[in-house]
Amino acid sequence: MTRKQRRGFLIGAGVAILAVAAIMVAFALRDTIVFFHTPSDVAEGKVDDGQRFRLGGLVADGSVVRGEGTKIKFAVTDTLKTVRVSYDGILPDLFREGQGVVTEGKLDDSGHFVADTVLAKHDENYMPPEVAAALKEKGVKLGDKAKHPGNQTN
Amino acid sequence: MITEFGHFALILAVVVALFQTVVPLWGALTNEPRLMATAKPAAIFQLVLLVVAFLALTHAYVVSDFSVKNVASNSHSTKPLIYKISGVWGNHEGSMLLWVLILATFGAAVAVFGRNLPESLRANVLSVQASIALAFGIFILATSNPFTRLAAPPMDGRGLNPILQDPALAFHPPFLYAGYVGFSIAFSFAVAALIDGRTDAAWARWVRPWTLAAWMFLTLGIAMGSWWAYYELGWGGWWFWDPVENASFMPWLAGTALLHSALVMEKRETLKVWTILLAILTFSLSLMGTFLVRSGVLTSVHAFAVDPERGVAILMIMVLFVGGALTLFAARAGELRQGGLFSPISREGALVFNNVILTTATATVLVGTLYPLLLEGLTGAKISVGPPFFNMTFIPLMIPLLIAMPFGPFLAWKRGDVAAVAQRLLAAALIGLLAMVATMALSERGPWLAPVMMAIGVYVMVGAVQELAFRAKVGKADREEVMRRLWNLPRSVYGTALAHFGIGMMVIGIVGTSAYQTERVLVMKPGDTTQIAGYSLTFKGVAPNRGPNYREQIGTIAVERNGHPLTTLQPSKRIYDSPPQPTSEAGIHASWRGDLYTVLGDAQKEDGGFAFRLYFNPLVRFIWLGALVMFIGGGISLSDRRLRVGAPRKSRGKGPSPAMAPAE
Repeated sequence: MTRKQRRGFLIGAGVAILAVAAIMVAFALRDTIVFFHTPSDVAEGKVDDGQRFRLGGLVADGSVVRGEGTKIKFAVTDTLKTVRVSYDGILPDLFREGQGVVTEGKLDDSGHFVADTVLAKHDENYMPPEVAAALKEKGVKLGDKAKHPGNQTN
Repeated sequence: MITEFGHFALILAVVVALFQTVVPLWGALTNEPRLMATAKPAAIFQLVLLVVAFLALTHAYVVSDFSVKNVASNSHSTKPLIYKISGVWGNHEGSMLLWVLILATFGAAVAVFGRNLPESLRANVLSVQASIALAFGIFILATSNPFTRLAAPPMDGRGLNPILQDPALAFHPPFLYAGYVGFSIAFSFAVAALIDGRTDAAWARWVRPWTLAAWMFLTLGIAMGSWWAYYELGWGGWWFWDPVENASFMPWLAGTALLHSALVMEKRETLKVWTILLAILTFSLSLMGTFLVRSGVLTSVHAFAVDPERGVAILMIMVLFVGGALTLFAARAGELRQGGLFSPISREGALVFNNVILTTATATVLVGTLYPLLLEGLTGAKISVGPPFFNMTFIPLMIPLLIAMPFGPFLAWKRGDVAAVAQRLLAAALIGLLAMVATMALSERGPWLAPVMMAIGVYVMVGAVQELAFRAKVGKADREEVMRRLWNLPRSVYGTALAHFGIGMMVIGIVGTSAYQTERVLVMKPGDTTQIAGYSLTFKGVAPNRGPNYREQIGTIAVERNGHPLTTLQPSKRIYDSPPQPTSEAGIHASWRGDLYTVLGDAQKEDGGFAFRLYFNPLVRFIWLGALVMFIGGGISLSDRRLRVGAPRKSRGKGPSPAMAPAE
């Protein structure tokens, strides 16, 4: 191979790999991303039927009902609208009424959200930015609700 | 008093960093040796001051001085001593101080061990290094001062997030930072080379050990974080493709590429411009990681102590350094003397292939991580990019890389013979195929790709061993000769073989646990027995217990295998005193086959039953053992290099390699 051919080969191989990767990324982004919606979005019909999405907001006070075995029902609210959620599994340690939550799943025919994932978090003061932004947009005052009362000393 | 002393030391360190940024650089530009010589004492002095500051803060934590705001917010008097100490970096302010301390440590190490560096290069490197310390030092003093006092100290502190009160996590941040920040040396060398306008093989030889050290720490740091997430979060997973995880993984990928390209530059004096760019990009990704983690702009399950406003300050530091370095690169890269081209089929060709794949992989992770931000900025839609994206893009890239990996060390520099290498690797491929057949025979289900990946993992491991065997002439020479050759092999050869072997182990662990995990969620009453993956588990009951700073409910599960009692697992649910936060402690039985992993869930209302989450994670230990083997491999390679760093290379029998002759 001549010098020119070698250079061409190296550049060509590099570009080919990059192109393949770019195509994969484009397809993967089309097929695998999950949208985030608030209960208000759901009420306004912004969610297509049968679409998988993330539902986020606050766990409505007094809504948590433990069923048989590991089944559990609760409601997610942005204080304007509320969506009822059912989940079968063990909840994260920091799941609590009045706190921010993100769940992932689908709506069933009756408008219930069937979650297969309830997102864990490590810090009880942490509010996922989507939830915080969505609540702020709806005019919900954060601060107090997002923080545990026993956790403020100054 | 000691706290004020520490505060003062921190301020002084920033002043020293300012001096160290300006004076040596000025000296290098005007070719004034006396000014350049100030870099070394300044770097050491800066380190001493930061050690004093760090110890002062640690002292405040150890004696529980709650008049210091940082201590009051993050510590508690009843906390065990080790977590009082690890609490120093378990918060934003303290962790940034640790960041700068490690930065200064690397800088001082270059000052002390870089005796053989050309004076102007050393002055420039230390100046750039100090400029980073200066930026972050000002950032700490202005926005994140850990020494701020409280006018009215509380009786006791708020405590450290209980989930952080864990041995693996106590040491995870220092290792991770040593990795992240260690890449700053490569960055400083790259910028210094651009300022000087010249680079050569010696430059690569100086950079490589520092990059290798940073890479080792980052490898272990990420592995520790993954291990911690595995046993502490109670979800049985070891990697979630979470933004915070990706933030540490991207510098690792780029740093791995840098290690390999610096090798080409050192041995063949080519790929210079690329190596410099990669050094800049690697540390840029570290800075971006710091920004993503600290600012919390992306939803993460691992988010702690995030603060969007201070995040913006880090973003500005990042823009300044990355933008500055890339501008300098654009202006100067053309002046760097280019090396020769080489055959695609050669050792350097294989290393270029490694670089193309690794940087492409870095780019896909970057796209997946930042795409939600981009889309929200453009359309307002909020989305998340999860594991399916990364599985679809990252794994296909890794397959050719893993297949090519054992070929690399076998190929000769300049011109290799793929057919001959393939013949030598035939045994590895066959053993891999055996592993594939065995996997298919043992498993009834799982994706079709899993047995193939298992074969690739085994092939990589055997290939690494084969390389050593080939070099030692196993089977060709007599036993004594083989032993003599094994003894005389350079340590870096062992390092490479071990690191590649570790990757193979990791692949096996990842495939085993991802494809063949068994999960069961069920309710058990005391006395109930259930089966999972050949184990028989009997729930004995739940008893309360009191720890040093928490209360807990401990479940007891007797485990039997083949009718013989094996062990007793005690998963528990804890509530810490301060902050009053619940955590789950998994009960894990580890073995080579895999981990039996049990989590205690909530009590049922009526019948005294408890929810349980049970997993069997086949081969999961290989993931972290693989990382440990990689770390050890890096260490062995480094111990080889330390003897040679900067020293003139002794020809070992072969004589010096012919200089830069074009291949044809």
